[in-house]
Amino acid sequence: MLRAANDRENNDVIRMAWAATPSTYRMRLAPDAKWFVVGAAVGLAAWLALVPLGFLLWQSFLTPETAEHPAQLTFDNYRTAYWSVETLRVFGNSVEFAIGSASLAFFIGTVFAWINERTDTPFKSTFFALSLVPLVIPAILFTVSWILLASPKIGIINIAVQNLFATELVVTNIYSMGGMIFVDGLHQSPLAYLLMTAAFRSMDPSLEESALMCGATVLQIARRLTLKLVWPAAVAGFLILFLRAIESFEVPALLGLPVGIEVYTSSIYQAVQSYPSDIGLASSYGMALIVIASVCFYAQSRMAAAVEKFSTVTGKGFRPRVMRIGRWRYLAAATFATYLAIIVVLPFLVLVWCSLQKFYVAPSMAALRNVTLDAYRAVFDYPAFANAVWNSLVLSVASATVVTLTTAVLCWIVTRTKLPGRWLLDNLASLPLMFPGLVLGLAIMVCYLHVGIGVYGTLWIMLIAYVTRFMPYGMRYNAASMLALHKELEESAMMSGASWGVTFWRVVLPLLKPGLTAGWIYVVIVSVRELSSSILLYSPGSEVLSIMIWEYWQNGQSVELSALGVMLIASLLCLVLLERFASRRFGIADPAV
Amino acid sequence: MTGEAWIDLIASIREAFEVVLIVKSLCTEYPGDRGTAIQAAHDVSFTVPDGKLFTLLGPSGCGKTTTLRSIAGLETPTSGEVCLHGKVVFSSAAGVSIPPSRRNFGMVFQSYAIWPHMSVFQNAAFPLEVSRRKPGRKEIADRVMRVLRAVALNDLADRAATKLSGGQQQRLALARALVMEPELLLLDEPLSNLDAKLRERMRFELKRTQRELALTTVYVTHDQSEALALSHEIAVMNEGRIVQIGSPRQIYERPCNQFVADFIGTTNFIDAQVIEETVDGRCRVGTPVGALNAQCLDRLPRNEAVTVSVRPEDVELSEQPPEGGDRDTVCVGVVDAKAFLGEHLDFHVRIGDLVLLARAHPSLRTLVGERIFVRMRADKCIALPATSAAKA
Repeated sequence: MLRAANDRENNDVIRMAWAATPSTYRMRLAPDAKWFVVGAAVGLAAWLALVPLGFLLWQSFLTPETAEHPAQLTFDNYRTAYWSVETLRVFGNSVEFAIGSASLAFFIGTVFAWINERTDTPFKSTFFALSLVPLVIPAILFTVSWILLASPKIGIINIAVQNLFATELVVTNIYSMGGMIFVDGLHQSPLAYLLMTAAFRSMDPSLEESALMCGATVLQIARRLTLKLVWPAAVAGFLILFLRAIESFEVPALLGLPVGIEVYTSSIYQAVQSYPSDIGLASSYGMALIVIASVCFYAQSRMAAAVEKFSTVTGKGFRPRVMRIGRWRYLAAATFATYLAIIVVLPFLVLVWCSLQKFYVAPSMAALRNVTLDAYRAVFDYPAFANAVWNSLVLSVASATVVTLTTAVLCWIVTRTKLPGRWLLDNLASLPLMFPGLVLGLAIMVCYLHVGIGVYGTLWIMLIAYVTRFMPYGMRYNAASMLALHKELEESAMMSGASWGVTFWRVVLPLLKPGLTAGWIYVVIVSVRELSSSILLYSPGSEVLSIMIWEYWQNGQSVELSALGVMLIASLLCLVLLERFASRRFGIADPAV
Repeated sequence: MTGEAWIDLIASIREAFEVVLIVKSLCTEYPGDRGTAIQAAHDVSFTVPDGKLFTLLGPSGCGKTTTLRSIAGLETPTSGEVCLHGKVVFSSAAGVSIPPSRRNFGMVFQSYAIWPHMSVFQNAAFPLEVSRRKPGRKEIADRVMRVLRAVALNDLADRAATKLSGGQQQRLALARALVMEPELLLLDEPLSNLDAKLRERMRFELKRTQRELALTTVYVTHDQSEALALSHEIAVMNEGRIVQIGSPRQIYERPCNQFVADFIGTTNFIDAQVIEETVDGRCRVGTPVGALNAQCLDRLPRNEAVTVSVRPEDVELSEQPPEGGDRDTVCVGVVDAKAFLGEHLDFHVRIGDLVLLARAHPSLRTLVGERIFVRMRADKCIALPATSAAKA
């Protein structure tokens, strides 16, 4: 307007300045470290997620391969898997089990996360440390310990009640749908607790304080504000729990199969175990799981679109503050303590008791006299023991590190760039979540039998399986913290002249460190516990600890199993303590920790 | 022509206009909800002379931050050009887009974006450590301490960044932007997170720093008093477009439409109709309080409906009949209400059906309900097109 007269001159300046601009900037998408790293991460995710899926699909159209009959193309697997009443029952059981287990875990986890993060309950730091303990108990050990506690015939609870009241009444029957939901939900609740804790920690407490000033009560705030603000994180968390329950293998296999309650995973296991092993039928059951999971992911991606407004960590530091709940705090602490007793102390004590006997008996004064350490000696004398320990250690650390770094890059692409098709990448990296471990193991086995790069029968194939399996958890962990990270923190680094790589390494990763560390610990632990993929991939020399436990259970050696379990739990516990000490020692002084 | 000749020519043209930053026809879109594109900035053009502070001012959602981020390179405009010191940093036509990390622009963000995992010193040293010509350890320390001293944070250099107060964080953000000796400083509402007293002090400090360093600066704010106090030149934006560009005084005294008059400061609007158009930007309009002499920017045809804007401080009050110049308007009103505000006194004066807000010296003690004389000078009454809020 006032400057209209200058416009023509400005035009000339721009035109001439253009001629003086270095030609390197004339291409909009100059090759860049960013695109290399992004490309590598995307390629890795695509390979890991898609190739096994391809083999799964391929297998689902083949008849069982035996010495006499080579595999043939067929639709029979799908007919068996979907056109029978049996299938409907399996579907119903799976959904009932998964929803029940996820709801129980989510409810427990959310309540305790809120109590511990947002109220002035005493002994909070102790509770937080202790609540991580159940995570280190492998599902198979947890399930076995609950069989020892609550099975109708040998369960300690039943025997104690029967002796006490002189009845024949069976109070707890763990071999039921209720028992399965109870054990699995309880076992997953620490994960729910961790997920919700992260969500509560990244929330600015001044939002709650302002509600307090509006005259809202503690409960009103919890219900109407806190829960709504953590809603995206809560949905993401519930999805993880649901999917973990639906692909849970140990609980349905040990508790459901003996009484004929079949879910998808145990059906798949039975199909593989039958002779000749019906891989095709197992694969078509696997496809059903994939469909169920896809529906969940669609819902989740719809949620994520609205998440930007929940961005809660800004460059302005905030100091988490807590609410006073008065006398209720003692009740809260007592509840927490009871919960920890049920989930940690009771199962662990049962295992300890069992490991000190020659064969399993219910605790009594007579049995106390027979205490022996023979079982531990037997475990150490087991030829593959040392090797299994080493393999488990290497595999878990390697898979956790690969998963954490790769998913950090992938998550950054999904949450930060405007790249077209980034939602696809999110789904791609989350795709393995839809594979039950057993089927993933199967698919990877078939895949690397055909793709001859020499990993078959080595630890590498198990590393590939672990990385694939746990990549989605890395994604979920990172997404939660990445969404809470304010964009301007990165942009200011870029304006300071930092390239993408430097920004990522020096600003994004350190700021995500609390979230990344939590994710890393989690992947280490689940890797050590991993059973259902390893069971099809191990070969002599690459056994891991969970395989050893499984073999003991199959052989009915519950005493040796308990001894190994006790040692495994104890060493995992040390690992967790060491990790926590290290991250505090070398960790950053972040207010959010 | 040889390359050297080109460069000489550019240098001479640049000198001739002393223009450092040229923003030309910038358009930036956001993807909307259902695949639609939302135009956040539309055809934004301006230039900033060397060492001057240029402000983008407007209500929230007017596109000022988008424009700033487009200059920074954090948003990619759909069209337009950005040119600094004779170097194209963005041009849609030529396909040039220098990444933000190579532009060497200092930027202070609204949230300050202080990295919580670093100390004060580490925050300020970061731009030097990541620069492509990384200076030595000692030089980094020297330069960081110099800039921290300039913002009075040198005593807190080792403190964790999260332990800083709001004002200190703001100063640290500024130090971090200045340490790289940027060619252009971009400030995105840097004072909006501070309390009022501190904001006023930081405003002067910011102004002093900018004037001392003579750093070409683009400043974004929604606070009109901040803009008036700091800027050499202001662009008022509304709905993605620049409505008016001018010096603070021009913007305040000669708003080009109702939106600007209303947004900058407070004003009285009087509905009127042109009675007589005169030459050299003057006109005579009929209003509910009688005929009024006014200034106008554009030529206004006879009988055109207009709105006259008069600032409260230009509605002069007196208890005795004032002597009016021949073009001034004098009328009689009644005091409707008044409010004592310390340094001045606000009067609501009723003249017929019209109520005017007048700002007077506190010594005027006329009581509510009493008669009072009102004088409005012709050069303080601005006739504006009646329905022009969106018209540039």
